[in-house]
Amino acid sequence: MNWQDHLPALLLAVPLFGAFLAPLTTLGGKGLRNAWFIFVSSVFTLIAFLLWVRVGATGPAIYVMGGQGWNLALPSGLSIPVRILMEVDAFSAFMVLLSAVAALAGAIFSVNYMERFSGVEKFVALYFLMVTGMFGMEITGDFFNFFVFLEISSVASFGLVAFWRDRGEALEAAFKYMLVSTLGAMMVLVAVAFLYSRYNVVNMAALGKVIEWGMVEKTALVLFLTALAMKCGAVPMHMWMPDAYAEAPAGVTCALIAVSQASLYGLFRVCFTIYGSFMGSPMIPWVIIVLGVLSMFIGVSMAVIQKEVGRLIAYHSVSQVGYMLLGFGVGLLALGDARAMADYGFTALKGGVFHIVNYTMYKGLLFLAAGALYYATGSRNLNEMGGLARQLPKTMVLFMIAAAAIAGLPPFNGFVSKLLIYESSFAVHPILAVFAMVTSVLTLASFVKIFQTAFLGPELKKFKDVREVPGSMLAGMTVLACAILVLSLFPTWSLNHLVEPAAKALVDQASYIGAVFAAAATGGGL
Amino acid sequence: MNPLSVVARTVCNLFAWFLAVFGIYVIIHGHLTPGGGFQGGAVVATFMAFLLVAHGGKKMQSWVKKDIFTLMECGGLTLFITAGLLGMSNTFFFNFLAKAGGLFGSVVPMGPNPGALNTSGTIALMNLSVGLEVVGGLSMILLYMFSGAHPEESFGREEAGHDR
Repeated sequence: MNWQDHLPALLLAVPLFGAFLAPLTTLGGKGLRNAWFIFVSSVFTLIAFLLWVRVGATGPAIYVMGGQGWNLALPSGLSIPVRILMEVDAFSAFMVLLSAVAALAGAIFSVNYMERFSGVEKFVALYFLMVTGMFGMEITGDFFNFFVFLEISSVASFGLVAFWRDRGEALEAAFKYMLVSTLGAMMVLVAVAFLYSRYNVVNMAALGKVIEWGMVEKTALVLFLTALAMKCGAVPMHMWMPDAYAEAPAGVTCALIAVSQASLYGLFRVCFTIYGSFMGSPMIPWVIIVLGVLSMFIGVSMAVIQKEVGRLIAYHSVSQVGYMLLGFGVGLLALGDARAMADYGFTALKGGVFHIVNYTMYKGLLFLAAGALYYATGSRNLNEMGGLARQLPKTMVLFMIAAAAIAGLPPFNGFVSKLLIYESSFAVHPILAVFAMVTSVLTLASFVKIFQTAFLGPELKKFKDVREVPGSMLAGMTVLACAILVLSLFPTWSLNHLVEPAAKALVDQASYIGAVFAAAATGGGL
Repeated sequence: MNPLSVVARTVCNLFAWFLAVFGIYVIIHGHLTPGGGFQGGAVVATFMAFLLVAHGGKKMQSWVKKDIFTLMECGGLTLFITAGLLGMSNTFFFNFLAKAGGLFGSVVPMGPNPGALNTSGTIALMNLSVGLEVVGGLSMILLYMFSGAHPEESFGREEAGHDR
């Protein structure tokens, strides 16, 4: 038996194990706890990478938890899968890889950032639980477990957002996030219940195989769409996002971004894999496109006027999620039509997928840099900062890389994914591309604003004693900066090896469904 | 918080034990009867609630520390995940103890029977570990809620360096 067959299970087991042992490692002192934090994060990143390589080489991987054999999806000749099933196709593996990198960077950053606070062992435990939930959402093969993992990641992140509980704002942010998440999770649960009562299955592949287009399915789709758009911060439901992102400790925010991307992943899994064959009508794709355009524009116009670094960057998250929704909406619009797909649909999907990885990397780096500014100066207010380029030269360079990437300046990765989205949305309607470009210009404007006010200008007296932030924080930021540079300097490689397989897997409904049923046909482990 | 009257305390001393015993019964028979690790654990944790209400915070402080509950919580969860990992020769969470003889390894007899306790393999083991975890976790929640309501009688270490 090949040990690599067990990678999907290990991906969940390792962070869980890390979470459960974290409070005990504190008995060995701070050093042991920090070593455990970094060690477990590195291990799950390695597993995510191996999983990605394996899925790229051999196609969708499935894993049956607790089964006689890892691929025994249909025991005793049943026609529907019954056990807890993990299914990893190229899109899931891609999401897992980038989430793992973001979580690793957040973990490395947090070692020094959280040093002076008590209760860090609980912080570490919650952090790993959140990561487990995030990975689970991305690799699970059935909807009920999607709900379970959604809850795991949400509940862990409430605790993390409220970690600085002396701050009233942090408690408020966590409470808001809790209300929104719970509402979203309940809607997902009701949607799952609808589908379960209709088809007696919760397995995604089995559901995608038998589903028909009726009232029950439409209701479930609307519930999924609303709940998951809410969780990833699309516009009418975005109000929790700036609060939660700005108030959580920076390392957590970096991972929270990946968590919101996991909700986005769920949204696209539902639309493409389950409902893919009914997307001929333009209704749902247009809803997603409109949500995307609204998020882009409203998010960025709210961001320009903010004074707090964290909130400003957090509003940009809303607008960046808009780009992805726009890309995927256009892709979804072209799904039923082979010619439109070849013309612009697939480009849009590639743009959307590429934007997910770009966004996670540069937005994570921006939040870490904002955290570094806060750590060094003790202030969140842009109006109080100035001239920090002298004291924080390394942070400044790292921030500049991220800001250039998010603004879409040409050599950087943001440019490539935005260009793909402009090109393809132009084919649907020019006004979409116009909105996207205006958003991009405003993004650049607001990052020029942060850069100018925080780093440039004359040296301020009160910041004379400010020092460059400690090593682990710089290391955490460097991880993401390296990822951005690789994506920027090798755009063709990234598009061909990272993005295209993921986008292909997303539209390939048949192979996702086939992976579960084909494994059964070959006999499984018995 | 002050202790309750001597009558209340005596009744508590007598009956709290029944709660603990019943809770442990529910945990151990989790694979046979309704209930299981979580439910039984919650019942056992009410034992702590009883003592806390009847005897007051000062007495409790001299009896227990939060660290004990942290240990129970982590121990239970680690046992759980280890039971899952040990099945790895087949799959994660594979029930390697069932029908293998030895611990929880008997085969369930056919037909009506009073319930064979030594069956169900890792499921029983996981019930026990979840029970342990829930006792620790819920007791800790009780103590935290108590110290939230009565900041002057806190358990264990103080917090340091939070963000304001």
